Amino acid sequence: MKEVSYYPGCSLHGTAREYDDSIRGVSKLLDIQLYELEDWTCCGASSAHCTDEKLAIDLAARNLGLAEKNDRDLLVPCVACYSRFKAAEKEVKEHPEKVHLSYHGNVPIRYALDFFCDDGILEEVKKKRAKSLSGLKVACYYGCLTVRPPKMTGVREYENPQHMDRLMKTLGADPVPWCYKTDCCGASLVMTRTDIVKKLNDRLLSMAMEAEADCLVTGCPMCQANLDTRQGELEKETGKRYNLPILYFTELMGLALGHKDVRKWLHRHITDPMKILSAKGLM
Amino acid sequence: MTELNARENQKANPFLSEVAQASGEKISACFQCQKCSAGCPIAYAMDVLPNQMLRHIQYGHREKVLTSNTIWICASCYTCSVRCPNNIDIAKIMDTLRALAVHSEFKPGEKDIPIFHSAFLDTIKSRGRIHELSLILQFKSKTKDFFKDAALGWKMYRKGKIKLLPSKFCGGKKEVKEIFNAFEKGARQ
Repeated sequence: MKEVSYYPGCSLHGTAREYDDSIRGVSKLLDIQLYELEDWTCCGASSAHCTDEKLAIDLAARNLGLAEKNDRDLLVPCVACYSRFKAAEKEVKEHPEKVHLSYHGNVPIRYALDFFCDDGILEEVKKKRAKSLSGLKVACYYGCLTVRPPKMTGVREYENPQHMDRLMKTLGADPVPWCYKTDCCGASLVMTRTDIVKKLNDRLLSMAMEAEADCLVTGCPMCQANLDTRQGELEKETGKRYNLPILYFTELMGLALGHKDVRKWLHRHITDPMKILSAKGLM
Repeated sequence: MTELNARENQKANPFLSEVAQASGEKISACFQCQKCSAGCPIAYAMDVLPNQMLRHIQYGHREKVLTSNTIWICASCYTCSVRCPNNIDIAKIMDTLRALAVHSEFKPGEKDIPIFHSAFLDTIKSRGRIHELSLILQFKSKTKDFFKDAALGWKMYRKGKIKLLPSKFCGGKKEVKEIFNAFEKGARQ
């Protein structure tokens, strides 16, 4: 049994509930015990670092200080939280005098996708796989902050990452090569400059379709919400047909591992994934 | 302080030294290869392109830089930073510029984005965590644009994606308030 601390972050208690549920579900099947950090608070996200660096570091460091109290890695499913935590970690290592809270940079911060792509876990997935997702063509969408900046994330292949592709292959799915793996979807502007976000969405969705993907897979609650919720609106504006389900990698893991709640998770998506999954004989 | 930063200070260009010092980045190392702007997914909507931004800072054009829409619509995706052949962390410089713009005498180059950030921070300060619906309502009450995305909101509600009430949670709230109080005191000085 592997034990990790878990920081869900605000989105996973709201619009990204199915990401939270699927992480918890998949972890259970893989004998990973999650300990949710008690009294966690918001990491500050984009708005804190867009306003004041010190405030951003303190809001993140408060949570890292909580995690440091025990001897476990910290699992972080949201990319925005992960990025802020890594920034605080870098700051405390380089300028310890600037971090006033009780945090010393001693807790390993693991982004959920990286964590589930570890060799040991892939082996376990291979052993426990109940169903092969064969025939399902997936576009692995890593987005921006999961890989960048590499001096914080430590990802070596940051222009063409492969770890999610490896995970998808382990599930039996067929990851398609496409060129917008790490392009930004503009999620932080979704409430304020929706026009920009729609343009970026159109680019990403069109490119994934050109690559003949059946669905797009992500590990970021902002990318998911952003790309999933506006396809109808976008179709009216561009005249194109998208209908491309945007799935969390943990949902596909749950499907391959035979988790009983997969249907419940997928039901919360705005762009319905059931049709394509049934057509492929997976539901 | 790096040699380049020191040299920048000697040139008596206060804006350049201010940005270089606050960001810790070697702005004068930019030789205008334009890789940052070529890879930027949002460049098409910017009034000053990222490479032009660096040149304006080198020239000390404070008003041009701090009133641009660029600093606000930059999505902090770090594509520019990782591709810069001179290792200039341009996304980090954008953070520095936003902070300078907030405290400047100028009207921001984007109307809603600074309002969104302040609504977001207000929500963290009062609740400790972000409750999405409260944030949206607070933002909308400030921008008076109540109908945008209302239909989408209803669709998301029906899918169980909108939580009506914030989670019952009291731990940590006080500490977060203390972080904000310390920051506000510092910012006032």
